[in-house]
Amino acid sequence: MTDTALRKESPLTDASPSGVQPLTFAKALNAALADAMEADPSVVVFGEDVGPLGGVFRITDGLTARFGEERCFDTPLAESGIMGMAVGMAMNGMRPVVEMQFDAFAYPAFEQVVSHVAKMPNRTRGKVKLPLVIRIPYAGGIGGVEHHCDSSEAYYAHTPGLTVLTPATVRDAYLMLREAIRFPDPVVFLEPKKLYWSKETLDLEELRAAAAAAAGGGTGSGGTGSDTTGSAVGRAVVARSGTDATLITYGPSVPTALAAAAAAAEEGRSLEVIDVRSIVPFDDETVTASVRKTGRAVVIAEAPGFASVASEIVARVQERCFHSLAAPVRRVTGFDVPYPAPKLEHWYLPSVDRILDTVDELQWEDA
Amino acid sequence: MTIHSESSTGNQFSGSMKHAGADTGGSVENFMLPSAHPVQLVDPEGQHVHNDRYPLPDGPLLLSAYEKLVVGRRINEQANALVRQGRMAVYPSSHGQEACQVAAAVVLDPTDWLFPTYRDTVAVITRGVDPLEVLTLLRGDWHAGYDPRHHRTATQATPLATQLLHAVGVAHAAKLRGENTVVLALCGDGATSEGDFHEALNFAAVFHVPVVFLIQNNEYAISVPLKHQSVAPSLAHKAIGYGMPGERVDGNDLAAMLSVLSKAVERARDGGGPVLVEAHTYRMQAHTNADDPSRYRSQSDVDQWVPKDPITRLRTYLGNLQLLTEKEEQRIAAAAEEMAGVLREGLNSEPDIHPADLFEYVYTEKTSQLREQAAQLSEELLREEAGND
Ligand SMILES: Cc1ncc(C[n+]2csc(CCOP(=O)(O)OP(=O)(O)O)c2C)c(N)n1
Repeated sequence: MTDTALRKESPLTDASPSGVQPLTFAKALNAALADAMEADPSVVVFGEDVGPLGGVFRITDGLTARFGEERCFDTPLAESGIMGMAVGMAMNGMRPVVEMQFDAFAYPAFEQVVSHVAKMPNRTRGKVKLPLVIRIPYAGGIGGVEHHCDSSEAYYAHTPGLTVLTPATVRDAYLMLREAIRFPDPVVFLEPKKLYWSKETLDLEELRAAAAAAAGGGTGSGGTGSDTTGSAVGRAVVARSGTDATLITYGPSVPTALAAAAAAAEEGRSLEVIDVRSIVPFDDETVTASVRKTGRAVVIAEAPGFASVASEIVARVQERCFHSLAAPVRRVTGFDVPYPAPKLEHWYLPSVDRILDTVDELQWEDA
Repeated sequence: MTIHSESSTGNQFSGSMKHAGADTGGSVENFMLPSAHPVQLVDPEGQHVHNDRYPLPDGPLLLSAYEKLVVGRRINEQANALVRQGRMAVYPSSHGQEACQVAAAVVLDPTDWLFPTYRDTVAVITRGVDPLEVLTLLRGDWHAGYDPRHHRTATQATPLATQLLHAVGVAHAAKLRGENTVVLALCGDGATSEGDFHEALNFAAVFHVPVVFLIQNNEYAISVPLKHQSVAPSLAHKAIGYGMPGERVDGNDLAAMLSVLSKAVERARDGGGPVLVEAHTYRMQAHTNADDPSRYRSQSDVDQWVPKDPITRLRTYLGNLQLLTEKEEQRIAAAAEEMAGVLREGLNSEPDIHPADLFEYVYTEKTSQLREQAAQLSEELLREEAGND
């Protein structure tokens, strides 16, 4: 492989970026991988097209050039093979970070994920830990043809033993991936692909320092709500504060919920937005505190609503906040249909309008 | 399809018509081994290369196949242009691989089955499916635009190698139902690494079903070259381990493709069981419009394949035979232009898309949930319309 050519193409190779700069979600993930590989020689990245190409979304751009083919490499085209090999490598002292190219192409690996990745520590009474990360670009909104837009989080969330994370901001993309790689248990790391090109102006040095500080603060599998360690595992965040109702969401739907809250504010209604971030473990405390305060809640997610993560959140909120609720907790989700073709996806995805309409139905006294 | 009036003896694949199984245990029978070099009948200079086992298809057949080749190239060009104009969501081009595509369609009878992938649009159109129905998928209107049962052509598979098992199932059912059907299933070199590929080959051999597996080895799976995919002597050699013959063929040589595939199809039809054929070809363009091939291969590598182009060699060969006259060339060019016009016109008009279609065909009868959601959406749309007035 033409290493020199690769070096030229890789912006992270010539100079590790630092200082305040506009950073895309994709670049933040790329920087997190590079920094994690730099910090820990046992971290290896592999999957389909992650080498010279840098992944179809360029998340692994430049890693082979910088760390060599032993640390970042292309595998034969076989998801079950990738996943199963990651299990074995994790059993023998490595920290694999594998990429499944698209949500629906992870299904051939499902047997390995459900039967082995999720169960190994349990089956071995904790003697074998599996510190590995399964990165999956997921969900829609990019006009992709079939099998490129599934929201598969419920399959993973339903499987005990898996930690399921999904960042929605550029800052979280970096910090949560660093944390996932440090984490002692297997993490399914869901990357909302429609956010890959979103941008924030951030200071990478500050992010690195925050990651280092969080690393010192334990693994954070708690869910105590008091965010002293900077850990995202088990910790939701208030993405926008408000007083009248709570929008609970995660991943690709966070920007939609924030846009809905901004629109509602113009009409004089104050909506709080919770970014769940950690689907498993779930931060009941942050969510409950918000709903107790506002008395109303809408859960928003792209996946079909039936038997979904959104259903689980609604159930938990009803159980915990029954006496504070002024209206039943509602959901705005994708319809219970296979993810539609590009020309139809517009009608499928939860929209600002659909969210606002649902909020309007939350039994307001002035209505 | 018969490719030639004369029937040759000692053909490849003719060694055993018995049920695979106990009798193949132990020794690798000669007939199973792929030839040392990919079978070639017309070389890049347009000269006939003699082959004892594979007869050259006769002139009229080659001429009609040549026309399909030229039309296929035009389909690729037009589809690429439509993607650039934003008329299609994506198009995985088979530019350079048209000989494989045409042969795959031509060797089958109408009652046979074809199992294509996303890259095999030209094969599906060559098979006779309405081009606009074929492109529905890639334009983004619906997941498939034609009726697979009517055309005996499965939907173009996106998840890799999964369709190969369906092909085995269709063939097995055909056998149980007493149909004289052969199934031809396509996949790429990368797909041969998937578990489903191996399960499909094994099932096909164990159940001794009439399936021809055709691998279009175009050297790359997106960015990954073949040597990172497999270190087997050839992909065709993989057949032996499952107990079926394998063959390698120059995938840019339409004559060789027709001859080798016809033999394999005939063998399958005569009860000889499955065959694996590896076509050596090259993907001349990007994986899709979202791909940047300069990251993983050099233009000079690509350029080496230009002289091997399937169209130029067949043109020379047919020209030397005086079969391809200037007039004939003009007629073929006009046919290609006509196809391009059909694609342009069809794709430049806005598709007729209905939001309510979201809820169709999920279940035979809509569930109560779907009825509720359909009503919710139509209410939403009514409100939106009212708001816009
Ligand atoms: C199960 C699965 N994994 C990953 C992908 C993503 N993907 C689409 S095409 C492709 C490369 C396929 O290469 P090959 O089989 O050689 O066929 P070609 O595209 O070259 O025709 C990949 C990895 C997929 N479609 N299905």
